[in-house]
Amino acid sequence: MSSARVADACVIACAEIYRGNGEILANPTVGTIPFIGAKLARATFEPDLILTDGEAMLVTDDHSVGTGNGHPGVVEGWLPYRLTFDVVWAGRRHVVMGASQIGCNGDTNISSIGPYEKPSAQLLGPRGAPGNTVNHLTSYWVPNHSRRVFVEKVDFVSGVGPARAARLGGRAADYNDIRFVISNLAMIDFKGESGCARLIAVHPGVTVDEVREKTGFPLQGGDRVATTRQPTPEEMSIIQRLDPKGLRYQEVST
Amino acid sequence: MADKRTTEAEIVGELEDGMTIGFGGWGARRKPMSVVRAILRSPVKDLTVVSWGGPDVGLLCAAGKVRKLVYAFVSLDSIPLEPHFRLARQSGSVEAMELDEGMFYWGLYAAGLRLPFMPNRAGIGSDVMRVNPGLKTVRSPYEDGEELVAVPALNLDVAVVHMNRADIRGNGQFLGPDPYFDELFLMAAKRRFMTCERIVRTEDFAREGSFHTLKVTRMLVDGVVEAPNGAHFTSCAPDYPRDEAFLAHYAASAASPQAWSDFRRKYLDVEEADYQRLVVQR
Repeated sequence: MSSARVADACVIACAEIYRGNGEILANPTVGTIPFIGAKLARATFEPDLILTDGEAMLVTDDHSVGTGNGHPGVVEGWLPYRLTFDVVWAGRRHVVMGASQIGCNGDTNISSIGPYEKPSAQLLGPRGAPGNTVNHLTSYWVPNHSRRVFVEKVDFVSGVGPARAARLGGRAADYNDIRFVISNLAMIDFKGESGCARLIAVHPGVTVDEVREKTGFPLQGGDRVATTRQPTPEEMSIIQRLDPKGLRYQEVST
Repeated sequence: MADKRTTEAEIVGELEDGMTIGFGGWGARRKPMSVVRAILRSPVKDLTVVSWGGPDVGLLCAAGKVRKLVYAFVSLDSIPLEPHFRLARQSGSVEAMELDEGMFYWGLYAAGLRLPFMPNRAGIGSDVMRVNPGLKTVRSPYEDGEELVAVPALNLDVAVVHMNRADIRGNGQFLGPDPYFDELFLMAAKRRFMTCERIVRTEDFAREGSFHTLKVTRMLVDGVVEAPNGAHFTSCAPDYPRDEAFLAHYAASAASPQAWSDFRRKYLDVEEADYQRLVVQR
C-alpha cells in the first residue's frame, strides 16, 4: 500500500462517515473526494445508500466521477430540488457540506465574512445549511485546513452546531447531529467537553502538532489521536475505478 | 380561447419602480434571461428581487436596478460565487434578506396559498434569525409546544419563468431534469409571465414529453413570450447547455468598472435580436 496518498485516506474518511447509515440519501454537495467517498461506501460496506447524479436523478451504478453528462447511470428514482426538502425535513439524509468558517463549537459559515449589512466578503448565502443542521446528519469537507477556516467564532451562523442546538432544546436539539469534519489533514468531531471540537484522527503522514498549528482554537482529545486508515487493496482498486483520472489528487495534492 | 402571447417589452412596460419581482429557474439554470435583459435596457429601478440567485441577480445588481434581494444563495454553478452580486453586497448598495433554502421555498408556497406564513424548523438557531429581525417564531399550539419559524409569505408583484415549451394559452412544459420552483413563483405573484423556447400547439405537447412535464397550467399565467435561446447564457436542458465560455466572460466583467462597461455596451445595450446574433457569432 505504499502507493496510497493522503487524498486516498481522505476518500476513506469520507466513506467511513456513512458507516451504519443504512437506507438514506448520502449527499455530498461539494468537492470531488466526498463524492468518491460516498460511492466507495456504497460499493463496499453501506450498499443501501441512495446517491444522486448531482442533479435530480437517483442513480444506482458507481460510474466514475468527472465524466460529464454523457453517463447518467442507471436511474432508480427522481429527486428534484423541491422534493429534496421532503427528504431533509423527514431526516433521511446525511449531507456533506463545505464551510468557509468552522467555529470551535461546530457552528459553520458559508454566508458572508464581516458585518451582514456590508460584508468584507460575500459568499454563497446560507443555502440549506440552517435547515439541514436541525433536521439530519451533517458532516463537512474542508480541503484547505487552515486558521482562516477553523476560527474561534464564525461571522455568520449558517450551520447550527451542537451546543447551539442543545440550547434550543426540543426536536431541533434531537435532530441536530454534526458527525464529522473531514479536512485534508484530519478528522474532527464536536463530542469534546461542552460540545467542543475534538481531534479524532490525523491522516497518514500528518502530525498532531501540524493540525494544532493550522487550527484557530484549541482542539481537545490530542493525547489519543488515531491515524486515518489507508485503503485496503480492494478499496484502492475501487477508488481507481471511481476516479481513473486522479481528480482526487488535484483536490488534495499530498 | 385567450391568446396570451406578448413580448418582453410589454412585460417590462408593466413594471414600476419599487416592485417585487420573482424569477424562476435555479442558479445558472433555465433563467428567464431575455426578460432580465429587457429590464436592464429599461428605466425601471429600486426592485426587490426574489430568486434562487444566478446571473439574473448579478446582472440586475451590476446595472443598479436592485434595492433589495431576497435569496438563500446566489451562484453561477460552475463559478460558485457570483462576482457582481458580491460587489453589490460588499459595497453595501443592496439590502439583503438571506433565508435558508427551505424557508425561501415555504415563503413562496405560503404566498401562493394565500397564507400569512408557514411554520418551519429550518432557520431556528441560525443567524438567519439574527440578521432578519422581522422574522418571528410561532409556538406549536399542541402539547409538544415546539418553537418554529413563522416563515412570512413572499408575495410577489410580478413573476417571470422560462420553460422549454408553451402554448398560446399559457400552459407550460419543462423538459429538463428538474422543474425547480417555477410554478410556485407564478402562484405567489399578482402578474405572471412565462417565456419559452418554442410555442407549440396544445396537441403537440405530448410529442415533446410525457404529461408529467406539463408543470405550469394556464390559470397561473397572464402572458407568454416565445424567446428562443431566451435563457442564454444559463442552461435550458435539453434544448441547450449553459454557455460556459460566455458565463466566464460575464464573470470576468466584474473585474473593473471598465470591464463591466465594455461588457454592458457590447451585449446589454442592444436589442435581444442583436444580442442573440452576437452570442452566436462569438
